[in-house]
Amino acid sequence: MSVEAREARQPWILLSPALGAVTFLLLVPLIFIIVYSFWLRSAIGGDQVGFYLDNWQKVLTDRFYRDILLNTLKIAAVTTFICALMGYPAAYFIARSKGSKMVLLLLLMLPFWISYIIRTMSWINILGTSGALNTLLVSVGVISEPVQMLYNEATVILGLVHFLLPFMVLNVYVSLEGIDTNLEDAATSLGATRWQAFLQVTLPLSLPGLAAGGLLCFVLGAGTYITPVILGGPRDAMFANLVFEAIITQLNWPLGSALSLLLLMVLGVLVAIYNRYLGMSQLAKGLG
Amino acid sequence: MGWNAIRIWTVLVYGFMFLPVAVVVLLSFNANQFGSFPMSGVSLRWFEELWHNDAVMRAFRTSIVLGLMTAVISTTLGILASLALVRYNVPGRNTITTLLIAPILVPEVVLAVALLLFLNWLGIGKSFALLLAGHVIFTLPFVILVVQARLVSIKRDVEEAALSLGANPVQTFFSVTLPLMLPAVAAGALFAFTISFDDITGTLFWKPGGVETVPTQIFSMLRNSISPEINALGTVMIIMTVGLPLLGAAVARKLAMKSGT
Repeated sequence: MSVEAREARQPWILLSPALGAVTFLLLVPLIFIIVYSFWLRSAIGGDQVGFYLDNWQKVLTDRFYRDILLNTLKIAAVTTFICALMGYPAAYFIARSKGSKMVLLLLLMLPFWISYIIRTMSWINILGTSGALNTLLVSVGVISEPVQMLYNEATVILGLVHFLLPFMVLNVYVSLEGIDTNLEDAATSLGATRWQAFLQVTLPLSLPGLAAGGLLCFVLGAGTYITPVILGGPRDAMFANLVFEAIITQLNWPLGSALSLLLLMVLGVLVAIYNRYLGMSQLAKGLG
Repeated sequence: MGWNAIRIWTVLVYGFMFLPVAVVVLLSFNANQFGSFPMSGVSLRWFEELWHNDAVMRAFRTSIVLGLMTAVISTTLGILASLALVRYNVPGRNTITTLLIAPILVPEVVLAVALLLFLNWLGIGKSFALLLAGHVIFTLPFVILVVQARLVSIKRDVEEAALSLGANPVQTFFSVTLPLMLPAVAAGALFAFTISFDDITGTLFWKPGGVETVPTQIFSMLRNSISPEINALGTVMIIMTVGLPLLGAAVARKLAMKSGT
């Protein structure tokens, strides 16, 4: 074999284990559940192999599934919006601050290292009936006995914002950091107020970061399983809870496949739109 | 909006991110029997109780073994792939990168279902092997992103010098490239370990009955209600996943300063 041919083959040898893993543990399984979603769970147990449209008909027409899907998307959208509102100014402060930048960035990485379940359950200590807030309000005399503030849609959103905010701040920060501050100075020296300079120069240039953060918040939020279980009430189930219910509790794997694929398709459309206009490189920047 | 307003906003945002977690740590040292406010003193009794709780200790062992194995496999795959992407002009590199980070783009629930159903069909049901496969595929993209970012900064000149002085490619890799890559390897492995150690959604789908990792153990304990024992467990986890990497970074820095590089 010639030296060139060997040189050309080398990267593929290095890539093959990782690509093999992704193919065998993600791509093929995804194709497999497409097939599986057309099988049928029989009443006596065991799955009937074949081409049945029953699961898809149920998933696409049943009001119950549609309402929970729409509610899940609504919760994800509200969460993303709040994350952007809270996160953007903080990211701006980190990007433009001089002395405390390193400390703020280091702190910003911390939540990524703290388990999602601990961050989620921490709110029980704050808002629970024997939590910090109730204890405070009772001792001050605002309320005479503790009130249940947990287990509703608002606390689910609160938990999601708490979980996803660092993703938003980090992505916006990365894009703000890449903007030449001279641009804003140039705008002000040409007569714009600082606010105008921000609105017309900095904000538009940071939109890719905002979009990347928004996409991550939305996709991760819409796919969440744990938060509604820990911080939501019985009626606050999100779509991933339906999937878990079908797969683990009812063992109806064909139906669970169809539900998973529906979630994947809805979120996939969003990712595809994002990829079409902004590309994946921005997302990789914020994650790395 | 003035700069001061933004500063105060930032402080509030950081408070929002950290206060609830700080309360978990605080309450885990609570002497009060119900583990709630007001605190009645400082005590280590809840940590002691964890130590004597067999289920919790078993969960720790499972999580650590799983995390270590995930880190070894995921880092090996990740380093090889990153080398190829950084060092070679691979045709279709963008497509390959997208493919390799695809596991984070797919919602974890969907990934969990697909892997469970497919491997079960192949005869690998809910088991430790399934958990390991899931954790590897889930951590791989993060390892690749972290390692790639670090590899870019290593100059090729040093390797070319070794090669021109007569070392063969394998020798060059082990005596030049690998030592230079060590920080990237360590970062990737640590990242993989923490992500695996913290994972819960996929784990709930893949774990066999009776096997718990620390997060799923916390999850099942939460079914009853919050208790000081759970807070203590949370504190131990925070120390493991935050304290150890920080300690590791500090030690690495000390060593680097000593060796003068």
